[in-house]
Amino acid sequence: MSTKPSQEEGRTLRFEIFRYDPTRPEVEPHLDAFELVEQPYMTLYLALNRIREEHDPSLQFDFACRSAVCGSCGMMINGRPGLACSTLTANLPDVIRLHPLPAFELVGDLSVDTGKWFREMAERTESWIHERAPFDPEAIEERMDDDLAQAIYEGERCIECGCCVAGCGVANVNPRFVGPAGLNRIARFALDPRDARSDTDWFEVLASDDGVFGCLGLMACDDVCPKDLPLREQYAYLRRRTMGAARAPLLQVEGVANAQG
Amino acid sequence: MQGARTCDVLVIGGGLAGERAAIEAATAGLGVVLLSLVPPRRSHSCAAQGGMQAALGNCTKALGDTPTLHFVDTVKGSDWGADQEVARIFADEAPVAVRELAHWGVPWTRVRPGRQTYFVKGERVEIDEPEDKAGLIMHRDFGGTAKWRACYAAAGTGHAVLYAVDGEVVRLGVEVLDRMEALALIHEGGRCWGAVVRCLRTGTLGALLAKATVLATGGHGRIYGAHTTNATINEGTGASLALATGVVPLGNLEAVQFHPTGLVPSGILVTEGCRGDGGHLLNARGERFMVDLEPEKQELASRDVVSRHMMQQIKDGLGVESDFGSHLWLDLRHLGEAHLATKLREVKDICRDFLGIDPAREPIPVRPTQHYSMGGVRVNKDGQAYGMEGLFAVGEAACWDMHGFNRLGGNSLAETVVAGRVVGRRVVDHVRAKSLDVSASLATAFAVDVEKRIAAWTGRPAGGPSIYAIRDAMADTMLERVGVFRTGDELEQAVDTLRGLEADLARASLRHTGSGSNPELTLALRLEGMLRLSRITAEGALARTESRGAHARLDHPDRDDDRWLCRTLARWPEGAADPSYATEPVGLIDLPPGDRGYGRATTREMSQSIDAHNAAVPEGFARAGALATAEPIGARMAWGAWREVDPDRPVPDRIE
Repeated sequence: MSTKPSQEEGRTLRFEIFRYDPTRPEVEPHLDAFELVEQPYMTLYLALNRIREEHDPSLQFDFACRSAVCGSCGMMINGRPGLACSTLTANLPDVIRLHPLPAFELVGDLSVDTGKWFREMAERTESWIHERAPFDPEAIEERMDDDLAQAIYEGERCIECGCCVAGCGVANVNPRFVGPAGLNRIARFALDPRDARSDTDWFEVLASDDGVFGCLGLMACDDVCPKDLPLREQYAYLRRRTMGAARAPLLQVEGVANAQG
Repeated sequence: MQGARTCDVLVIGGGLAGERAAIEAATAGLGVVLLSLVPPRRSHSCAAQGGMQAALGNCTKALGDTPTLHFVDTVKGSDWGADQEVARIFADEAPVAVRELAHWGVPWTRVRPGRQTYFVKGERVEIDEPEDKAGLIMHRDFGGTAKWRACYAAAGTGHAVLYAVDGEVVRLGVEVLDRMEALALIHEGGRCWGAVVRCLRTGTLGALLAKATVLATGGHGRIYGAHTTNATINEGTGASLALATGVVPLGNLEAVQFHPTGLVPSGILVTEGCRGDGGHLLNARGERFMVDLEPEKQELASRDVVSRHMMQQIKDGLGVESDFGSHLWLDLRHLGEAHLATKLREVKDICRDFLGIDPAREPIPVRPTQHYSMGGVRVNKDGQAYGMEGLFAVGEAACWDMHGFNRLGGNSLAETVVAGRVVGRRVVDHVRAKSLDVSASLATAFAVDVEKRIAAWTGRPAGGPSIYAIRDAMADTMLERVGVFRTGDELEQAVDTLRGLEADLARASLRHTGSGSNPELTLALRLEGMLRLSRITAEGALARTESRGAHARLDHPDRDDDRWLCRTLARWPEGAADPSYATEPVGLIDLPPGDRGYGRATTREMSQSIDAHNAAVPEGFARAGALATAEPIGARMAWGAWREVDPDRPVPDRIE
């Protein structure tokens, strides 16, 4: 094989991009259109930077890693939440319409304040291990079955891009809803035997319309998650956990059935 | 400017090193403000895929591992450019740091007892893992190490570690100011008192006054533009801040690591774990060239060595031609779909998302790509910047200097948390001993300077050169002239070009002069510093007439321990058109300079005895501007411990 362009060159792409600067409310939100000639392996990261550098230097958007691991660049791509950096224009039609993610505070144009949302979520769900005993620097690490470690890692893979929140029918109308990412975060810690929180503690956070019972089961979160997190399974695990019924994570893993005690 | 705020500790940079230092300070009860360009979890630490080196010795291929072996590998890997005391501190503390991360919830991959299947040097092998180690932290093989030592969390080690550490930051209630950048350090008479900051949401300026300021801004790979694995935010802001004081030196900027496997064309990193797990490098003929070139380590020789062999293949016409230049192949097909879908899932995803290929079926186009800045803000072993009390630096932003001229894979992630712990403690000591003794007028004066800098940009008439064109020219120059292989002629050309670009920047104009969040202005302000870092990199490489680690001079192929067993220091005096250079001793030497066991370079030996060299180190450091350390130089050395693990190493007669 060779690294030949994976697509036709020379297609003219029309970008219609949402514009609004909250510090200049006198300018109404609107769409600006830009045209670019498509290049091989062009991603929305490359395209948006070209638009900024060649057409409009004031255009706001967020990228950091540009390799789909940092979660900065979630946006609405032709109406669907996704990571701009890992979206090849080859997979999109000639007209590409970009909006900021809904459900988050707008910074400007395509940039939203996911950082603030996720910090608040982390505080609310207390997204840290509630230690059972202080760290002992002299001791070797506590043992953990590797299957359980892998199951925890599954939930840990969330990159906080906000696509699931933007796609969630409930999160868009109820700002108190902990959201798909929040539920996934709770499941990650609820599964971790190093965390001292009990079923009763989790019940307080989970068992309400702002928690796991707020989910209407539309499951757009599961459809749009760029990391293919097993959100459906995580929610099922949490529902069972609130009933005190979960004896094992539903990420069926051998050898951890009794880990939750 | 909005009003000045005060705090005990200002940490600039929200990646692992900054957050770990912040935790140390916050745990001690200090008031910490953490500044970050992006929400901390989006810092580039999250992108580290492969692992974190710590000598726990848990799996069969790691049995018998010790911090001393880790120390030896690190110093060899550095091509003896490291400060050996710092390498020792690092290797000794890495196991505790990794276990602490387990305590904080990192889902480290664990030892599965019994018969397990791995790939070693491309061969499928079965190894029995010990029952008594079941469930302890597992290791994988990385380049340049004697044992399997890299601890890892599936394929997302940096991500998992950053999330656990940030969880602690949230738990401790550390105030995080994200989308905020520092534009100048506030300092007077060799003391630093915080920074002038700019909000990236609104463009508003402010001042943060602090008893201690910690630079934790990561590397500066973006001086290579898109020819780097680094995130877009790795623009050397911390190094630029330190340099702009005119007092603090940068160490060894010419020491630039190229990662063997950057994806073509995007530059995205494909982890060393691929080769650790048995991936092959192939040339255009489909040959595994590393087997003949490095029979012992093969694909797992250290990164500088592998990168050079790859570039040589390309120079010899054995690269694969493409629209994006020549490249080689990373072949993972023989590892199988199941392995790729679990242990290397992120790699599989990257190939799908950015190339539209499946690595289980097709080889991956790769070439050496700028990856890591061994150089940075020169600090002593306490993380204290040279010549500037109250200023500290940690992680990739710093030249602490455990990496010397080549960093081993998995040592940077480990450095972030180890240095965060070690330096964080020194920051606490410093703050407890100091009161905030700074006038508001000093902060105002620095803020006014920043306002003038911004006004100069926004007020400059239109029609000057584009900052984007200058950035691209800088990046191409760095790649083509200050890359894997270097020559005096090309480096001189690079210096000329970079000087010209500095002149261009002085008359460049913005097309968008609006206040508020102005991404073009943001880049313009950073580009001033990046051009300086580029020039110091090129001039340091030009001056260093030897080859050491990642610094490979075709016109000076030998390592020269007689002249160049030293560190380059660069300062940029205020108002000067050019930087000034000095050198200092590399540090105390315990493991005598010798052959690395791979790379097969020749060496010109020291004419001075090691004892004489060591005797001159404390004074050499002090003369170079190092501040006093909490413990004397050498207090943490474990003299001669390496003899237990490397008894065959020839010791020069003159040592005794």
